[in-house]
Amino acid sequence: MASKKFILGIFGDEDILLEAVPAIQEKGVKIHDVFTPFPIHGLDTAMGLRESKLHTAGFIFGITGTSIAFGFMTWANTFNWRTNFGGKPFWYVPGYIPITFELTVLMAAAGMVATFLYLCRLAPGVEKHIMDPRQTDDKMVVAVEIDEHSDVASITAALKTAGAEEVNEKLIDNWYRYKIM
Amino acid sequence: MSFKESALREPLIEGNKTYKDVTEDICGPTDGAPGKEWWILFVISVALLMYGAFCVTWFVYFGIGTWGSNKTVGWAWDITNFVWWIGIGHAGTLISAILLLFRQKWRTGVNRAAEAMTIFAVMCAGMFPVLHMGRVWMGFFILPYPNTRGPLWPNFVSPLLWDVFAISTYFSVSLMFWYTGLIPDIATLRDRAKSAFRKKFYGVLSFGWTGSAKHWQRHEALSLVLAGLSTPLVLSVHTIVSFDFATSVIPGWHTTIFPPYFVAGAIFSGFAMVLTLMIMTRRILHLEEYITMSHIDSMNRVITLTGSIVGVAYLTELFTAWYSGSLYEQYAFANRALGPYWWSYWGMMFCNVVSPQLFWSGKIRRSIFWTFFLSVVVNIGMWFERFVIIVTSLHRDYLPSSWTMYSPTWVEVGFYLGTFGLFFTLYLLFAKFFPVIAVAEIKSVLKTAGENPARTAELKAIQEKANQVDGVAVA
Repeated sequence: MASKKFILGIFGDEDILLEAVPAIQEKGVKIHDVFTPFPIHGLDTAMGLRESKLHTAGFIFGITGTSIAFGFMTWANTFNWRTNFGGKPFWYVPGYIPITFELTVLMAAAGMVATFLYLCRLAPGVEKHIMDPRQTDDKMVVAVEIDEHSDVASITAALKTAGAEEVNEKLIDNWYRYKIM
Repeated sequence: MSFKESALREPLIEGNKTYKDVTEDICGPTDGAPGKEWWILFVISVALLMYGAFCVTWFVYFGIGTWGSNKTVGWAWDITNFVWWIGIGHAGTLISAILLLFRQKWRTGVNRAAEAMTIFAVMCAGMFPVLHMGRVWMGFFILPYPNTRGPLWPNFVSPLLWDVFAISTYFSVSLMFWYTGLIPDIATLRDRAKSAFRKKFYGVLSFGWTGSAKHWQRHEALSLVLAGLSTPLVLSVHTIVSFDFATSVIPGWHTTIFPPYFVAGAIFSGFAMVLTLMIMTRRILHLEEYITMSHIDSMNRVITLTGSIVGVAYLTELFTAWYSGSLYEQYAFANRALGPYWWSYWGMMFCNVVSPQLFWSGKIRRSIFWTFFLSVVVNIGMWFERFVIIVTSLHRDYLPSSWTMYSPTWVEVGFYLGTFGLFFTLYLLFAKFFPVIAVAEIKSVLKTAGENPARTAELKAIQEKANQVDGVAVA
């Protein structure tokens, strides 16, 4: 029912791919996604992807950590239970710096990793559709989604002229089913 | 890719590799049964681990009285080893975070294994202060949880509590940094796996990674921010460890130079341990083309730099003790160099200050034998450093009637050996089941920094031109 069909252009070189992506798009072919075995700088802009906002999430999580640490220590040492440690002031701000810093870093890092995993829908045991097993090895795969109205011949030609080493078709059944192992 | 690197630079990946070769060379060792060398090391490590577990059980049952520590020397073997292990852990984060920010491409060859080493070293380090508490089942008292004792909160302005936060944060962040980097490589293992079990095993661990462009973009953003967070973190961790000493009133500890001095020492010992491990790893797993002489050379340069910083710190300490005019400071340092523990002081001076100076010679920097030998010497020296700082400062305190000596008991020695067992067992398991080199990162620098026919030809052309120019100059 919810099956999807793709045309896959297989590339073997990142420089060819970087030029191919805009060339394919110029011909009016909508690229579903590009799968690569390693990060290719400039691919995101070539595909017209928005910049990642993960940094903002990291900042928000970090500030939360700062506030929790500083606020908690302030509350514990000045309101909840005052303890005299070597005659130091109860609200001893310089002494709070290390823990505040550590908690900022911890919350920012953990929060960002969690956000990253959530946005990419990655989790232990999740199994996603793999277009071509070589996409994590040595080939870059440009996937173009097609349906019965698509002009398969021209898409294939666009991929080929852009430098694809081979062009394959891939049918994926149960597209919406993310298998959890 | 978009920029070109000079052919004069040594390639970081030798042997004209293709992407496929990179995958096979690095993932290959995880396929079959491990070799004989691996098994020998593994059996030794597990034996040490078991002995360590026995010793720990022994002193948890009978109490800390089974240690050689006493009223005067309250911190001894345990804290020495704690600081030593935590120092070793620092190189991994330095390589993966600071060198990432500095765009040092040679880090790609060693970062994954060094990060793994960080995590295992921090695990070993963490055991010492926890078991040092004595009644280890009360260990949770250090956490700020609502309790029926007031609530009596822990002392938030104590360096010992800062340590709890610093080390647990360091461990967690290093683990996340390491694992998120590992996810794409595990996906590579998953997609090349033949057996159903391996497919499932790596499938679960790969979190469903596909290599989608958007995911890579986020992954890059994440790595960069994590590197930016880890850089001050790694500096803070050893700074806080040094605060354990520097905020006290013990002569020889009460110095403001401690934070930078400890951080440099940590990086120094960490790189030495990375070299010890990488020299063994590249040989056993046949990765000489990925961890090249140029990598070893670069790491030896870092050792020379940090070793010299440590040397300057030792001399500054001596000078400051004299210049301060404080009798107690002066005595503490005279006692270190000339007292009953003189051998540990001079052992430290020789191993940490003199021996790394040999690396000024390019031949020694590029010799496997010398690098391996000196990396072990440096780690022995760094152990002595912590022993000198802790034991020699404590054993002759303000009250001569309580002066005493310290020597470890078999239980303490066994505990230390046990942490070696833990460290190497985990490292060997990691090297067996996971790629010890960051596969995706190597691929991303392969075109610019790897050896290839075009680059070799260009280098040859440059050399010929240089020879011609030389010839003209001579004529």
